Amino acid sequence: MTQTITIDPVTRIEGHSKITIQLGEDGSVADARFHVTQYRGFEKFIEGRPFYELPGIMGRICGICTISHELAAAQACEAIMSVRVEGTAADLRRIVNYASLLQSHALSFFYLSSPDFLLGMESDVAKRSIFGLLETHPEIVRDGVRLRSFGQKIIERMAGRRIHPTWIVAGGVSEPLDAGVRETILAELPEIKALVRRSLDWFKRAMADYHEEARVFANFPTLFMTLVDEREDVLELYRGRLRVVDSTRREILADFHRTEYQDYIGEAVEPDSYLKSPYYKPMGYPDGIYRVGPLARLNVIGKMGTPEADQELAEYRGLNHLSSFYFHYARLIECLHAVERIEDLLDKPSILNPRVRAHASANVSEGIGVTEAPRGTLIHHYEVDEQGVVTGGNLVVATTHNNLAMNRGVLQVARRYIDGENLSEGMLNRVEAVIRTFDPCLSCSTHASAQIPLRVQLLDPAGAVIEEALRG
Amino acid sequence: MPVRSRVKTFTMDGQDVSGHESETILEIARQNDIDIPTLCQLDGLSIIGACRLCLVEVVGWNKLVPACATYVEEGMEVVTNSERLQNYRRMIIEMLFAEGNHVCSVCVSNGNCSLQYLATKLGMDYVRYPYLNPDRTVDMSHERFVMDHNRCILCTRCVRVCDEIEGAHTWDVEGRGYKSHLITDLDIPWGDSRTCTSCGKCMNVCPTGAIVEKGKPAGEMIKRREFLGYLTKMRGVNNNE
Ligand code: FES
Repeated sequence: MTQTITIDPVTRIEGHSKITIQLGEDGSVADARFHVTQYRGFEKFIEGRPFYELPGIMGRICGICTISHELAAAQACEAIMSVRVEGTAADLRRIVNYASLLQSHALSFFYLSSPDFLLGMESDVAKRSIFGLLETHPEIVRDGVRLRSFGQKIIERMAGRRIHPTWIVAGGVSEPLDAGVRETILAELPEIKALVRRSLDWFKRAMADYHEEARVFANFPTLFMTLVDEREDVLELYRGRLRVVDSTRREILADFHRTEYQDYIGEAVEPDSYLKSPYYKPMGYPDGIYRVGPLARLNVIGKMGTPEADQELAEYRGLNHLSSFYFHYARLIECLHAVERIEDLLDKPSILNPRVRAHASANVSEGIGVTEAPRGTLIHHYEVDEQGVVTGGNLVVATTHNNLAMNRGVLQVARRYIDGENLSEGMLNRVEAVIRTFDPCLSCSTHASAQIPLRVQLLDPAGAVIEEALRG
Repeated sequence: MPVRSRVKTFTMDGQDVSGHESETILEIARQNDIDIPTLCQLDGLSIIGACRLCLVEVVGWNKLVPACATYVEEGMEVVTNSERLQNYRRMIIEMLFAEGNHVCSVCVSNGNCSLQYLATKLGMDYVRYPYLNPDRTVDMSHERFVMDHNRCILCTRCVRVCDEIEGAHTWDVEGRGYKSHLITDLDIPWGDSRTCTSCGKCMNVCPTGAIVEKGKPAGEMIKRREFLGYLTKMRGVNNNE
């Protein structure tokens, strides 16, 4: 008899989603899918607004990656204004963007995923959370909290407040950098770098125990996409060219300007999820499956562009670049890179320059902004009328790009671990853990607590509940 | 026979006060540091008593009166801040929020808005009426200013300043009831108006983010209203009379 297992909600991720696992007649996994059950509608309700309000409105999409949405929106607005933000304003935006990356990666790695590595995938679910870790590994929890607050404080100091600041505006930023703030941040950087280094150390040791997870956590060939620097083959999160490489990561399939994204990225819609399924157009759907985010970034670029992160990258190159398990590792390497970059940027003499904003009205009718959010490539695309009133919008958010890969990853893990006859909580946790490697951000909120109940139901083909398990 | 005095003595919240018969309850309250919330009233513009936020009680009178539009009288006992008044004032603000599309968090006037300020000050922590979510437009046709009907509360300060101070009378109100809305000239796009002098007075007197400078993102719109006092003083006009 066939059965369906539903994991609803998926815990320790950002947003609301569920997983269904379809069991075949013999109790083995026939299919598994990841569904996003929330709907936001931002593309619709920006219609009718003046275009320059969009950075402020779009920042509200998310409380974690506000900065990324504001940057993508501001760049799209600048395309509409025919303005290119360079120099100090661009550097200031980069610093805040790295800070945003740090706080977001700290959240994903320490708060949401580290309980799995440190306590074990099968450990007591009541303790398998950041609160449980407080008892066993308080120093690691402290590091996670410190790293996240460091990133948030940079945002607060430079942009005015931690969540939803309005400092990033169409045309630049609203305030130049204060010399005192620069000194404060520079003074804290060595401590933060040491923190990231010791996190890398323990995680690399811990990885040795997770060979099996590395083997089946969304480990399959896909393409990879990210922004790269416009001139050099180094990581560039703020603005650049888009590049797609093949699954061997050696061949560049496409290298294009953001305005061409629709020639390369198609968007398929599935009836059971509010998340679209983008694919690499030249290969068609679903063969054009690709991944974005930290793992993809490290796979696409030649170098990180900062010395310490480049050493780590060399070590990372020895691993299987196709396994999504290494998203976690890539995240830590990016943190190291971000700390190095923040230091370089703050050391620039021009960073205190007060000229940080350009003014212009709508000069063209369409604008596209692309940036690398912590979770991957983020595309904002707007259309405006002659007066600058928004007439349409299209967003391709980082998590969306990974939709196909997440679905395939869920299936792979379910096939390996789920045994329809004897369900255990640890099996289901692995199915969720593969989703966590991608760090999907499904909305603005973190549901990061073991208190959240997880309901698992076994249904017969007619939909009747055969067995139900509750946890939390 | 008693001489008719033009100076009236009366009480306000139990305090003895006096005022000239040409002065309103609101003016005397302000002279005595008694705070009465207002929205449509603005010193230097004519009085219309439209928003009803400044309603006060007068002992023995059977209805509430707007402080901005009621002249002082001998012996009156004015109450400016009873629980009943606070409740009505909150109700008015709630209705204004429910009637338009006021999304403070992404509004250009966030932090510099009279409506938002009053909502906070009067303790509006929720809106008891269903939001109407009306379908309203934004007029971006003017070169320098934007009219966002979503945020208009129809206080008509813009209409009055344009007519009484600038002398252009570009603004007016069209329609009735909840369909009322502001128009420029004979309901043409603001940018096409031939009477508008682009002086910006309407933008500065607007209490919310309805009339704003073009290009200002969330929270950056700060209105400057000092000009009104200087202009009326220099010209010796008093629209209150
Ligand atoms: S201020 Fe008196 S009625 Fe509006």
